[in-house]
Amino acid sequence: MSTRRAAYEARQRRRANLLAGASTLVVLGLLVLLVPLAPGWAAVKSSFFDGEIFARTFPDLARAFLINIAIFAWSVPLIMVLGLAIALARGARAPVLFPMRIFGAIYVDLFRGIPVVLLVYLVGFGIPGLGLPRPWNSPYIWGTVALVLTYSAYVAEVLRSGIESIHASQRNAAICLGLSERDTMRYVILPQAIRRVVPANMNMLVALQKDVALLSFIGPVEILRQAGIFKSLLANFTPYVVAAVIFLCVTVPATRYADYLMNRDRDART
Amino acid sequence: MKTILTATILTLTATGAFAASHCAAGKTLTDGTLTIATGNPAYYPWVIDDAPEAGQGFEAAVAYALAEEMGFAAENVTWVRTSFDEAIQPGAKDFDLNMQQFSITADRDRVVDFSAPYYTAPQAVMTTVEAVEGGATPTMDSLKGMKWGVVASTTALPVVMEKIQPDQSPLVYDDNANITAAMQAGQIDAALFDLPTALFTAAVLMDNGVVLGQFDPSAAESPDQFGALMLEGSALKPCVDEALAALTDSGKLAAIEAEWLQDAVGVPLIK
Amino acid sequence: MPEPRLALRGVTKSFGDVQVLHGIDLSVAPGEMVCLIGASGSGKSTLLRCMNGLEPVDDGEVRLDGVDIAEPGFDLGPVRQQIGIVFQSFNLFPHMTAYDNVALAPRRVLGEDARVRIEELFTRFGLATHISKYPDQLSGGQQQRVAVIRALAMRPHTMLFDEITSALDPELVGEVLDVLRQLRDDGMTMVLATHEMGFARELADRICFMDKGVIAEEGSPDVIFSSPTRKRTKQFLASVLR
Repeated sequence: MSTRRAAYEARQRRRANLLAGASTLVVLGLLVLLVPLAPGWAAVKSSFFDGEIFARTFPDLARAFLINIAIFAWSVPLIMVLGLAIALARGARAPVLFPMRIFGAIYVDLFRGIPVVLLVYLVGFGIPGLGLPRPWNSPYIWGTVALVLTYSAYVAEVLRSGIESIHASQRNAAICLGLSERDTMRYVILPQAIRRVVPANMNMLVALQKDVALLSFIGPVEILRQAGIFKSLLANFTPYVVAAVIFLCVTVPATRYADYLMNRDRDART
Repeated sequence: MKTILTATILTLTATGAFAASHCAAGKTLTDGTLTIATGNPAYYPWVIDDAPEAGQGFEAAVAYALAEEMGFAAENVTWVRTSFDEAIQPGAKDFDLNMQQFSITADRDRVVDFSAPYYTAPQAVMTTVEAVEGGATPTMDSLKGMKWGVVASTTALPVVMEKIQPDQSPLVYDDNANITAAMQAGQIDAALFDLPTALFTAAVLMDNGVVLGQFDPSAAESPDQFGALMLEGSALKPCVDEALAALTDSGKLAAIEAEWLQDAVGVPLIK
Repeated sequence: MPEPRLALRGVTKSFGDVQVLHGIDLSVAPGEMVCLIGASGSGKSTLLRCMNGLEPVDDGEVRLDGVDIAEPGFDLGPVRQQIGIVFQSFNLFPHMTAYDNVALAPRRVLGEDARVRIEELFTRFGLATHISKYPDQLSGGQQQRVAVIRALAMRPHTMLFDEITSALDPELVGEVLDVLRQLRDDGMTMVLATHEMGFARELADRICFMDKGVIAEEGSPDVIFSSPTRKRTKQFLASVLR
């Protein structure tokens, strides 16, 4: 157990932990001591960190966040299905399917190229403006469509990179067993590809969770809009801080989980 | 009679100029200059053609009248633009006064200073020709059943929620342009604006806009009143209030209102 | 002499500017075991891949029971059920258990739930206790045996083996060669590319020495290993048998 090497390494580790702890304390200490000394701190504190407003707006903001979660929840399956369809269309080899390949390529270029906000306005106001009756002109529907268009383009590219990362020998093995191209994709390539891109897709979902807020531009009162309303009424920015805290409660665990998956994947390969 | 009038005018101008030069002196951002902020863009009928320098439009005209009252010549007035957020941010301001239809509320007053009100705005309901043809009337019952849209940074949302209590929750937008788009997309039936804005939006921005009715401002417990916004604890506030009082007393404020907001008459009251 | 199971005539194959096969003629009789030997890059692997159509040939014929499967546009689906192939790098599907690796093709291609037959195969090749494991839980030798079972589950009459012991640790080679012995006893038609000279000498009916894309010399194991006639064959054997 305690070889000379082990003892040395234990000493080194203790030293490193001590140093890390000390430097963290110094930095935090400086922040806590120096920031309140800034001339505008009192004003900043009352407009961003008002405890009373925090408590007063928290319940409504948490309730508004349920709308973000709902939009997120019904967007994700649509994004995944459409992203997969586009990825497969882009990989289609048969000449008859050439139009699908072209369509897939244009789709990805187009919707990855347009800022999401623009698409939210364009689709959210534009398509219902063509004269759709209620409830089919709902901003929830068309805002979701805008998110799905953008994010499925990203997911399609991620999936395609996953499909291409599966070694050709896997395909050869399947083909040599007599499996059709379709079955090879479905049973051999895709399950491996999808598993491989889980971390990348997790990051995508974290970004989506934040972009759901863009739907507020076309009417829905989700958390960011609710915070904006409170800000206007109370002339105070604390509601935005509340919203940020609520967002972090969801996105931090999600990003950590994505990192964990990514590390596990990397460890498995080395 | 004539002499008394002349004397009064002389006294008024004299006291006005004298008082102002004493009152506002050294209290503005730049000595001898009054810096006034408006929206970006600034809308009709508050500012005509987004050019406040011309003094055309209600708020632009009030601004120059205020400046004159406080002893600043027109050429000593400079204009800057701010958003709502910038206006209520903590820290230094780059304006002495900010006029962009800020409703005076107690919560806002804790963070910034407001002048005395320069306009009491009736709130009005804008809707579409189609909705009116579909049976919309200026009654509370009819308003309850409509799908509402409001601008986030205005006080319209609490008014809709408390006064009208609609059956479906309202949609909320950044600005009038988005309200217009949503109404034309058929996503909302009705929007609540101050009356002048409602009239302008219905007539100019919408193809099928109608102002359905207005709420009686005198009946409201807390009427929507616009005030000029200043830095919290601004030394200028007493001067601005004094100048506004003088403009009100002289009937000049009423004259400006009559000139720029005359369309506001003739809109039915909501029952 | 019975009709050959496989008959290659003048098979050529290039990858870009590099010609890998320069006109190969080769017949394999039913039940025969042929070993391809030769240096790396001599074309053994490519030749095997041409035999089941995995690599389309540029010119020449590949006849399977008299039918030219090298005909451009020929439907190779049925051919691949008759000819199984096992690769050097196993190529098991890592996301499936050993059993699912084997059962996939019978289920999807033959429409058959071959559980009983598959379990028998696992038992026969000493893998009954590993049937539910994932590839990364198996040793190289076990994985390669699963790969053989996977090919056998399609009930092929011919098997191609592409240096299937080359990627294995030396102590694991034996268990895989034992599998080949059993197949030999079953009368399976087999073509092997191999570096296992002792094994080839012991079991093969015929040895083909490949050099630079041609079959430079062929004959019975005794003739090739004891008294090769070509200089290149002697050099090659001297270098590998030393």
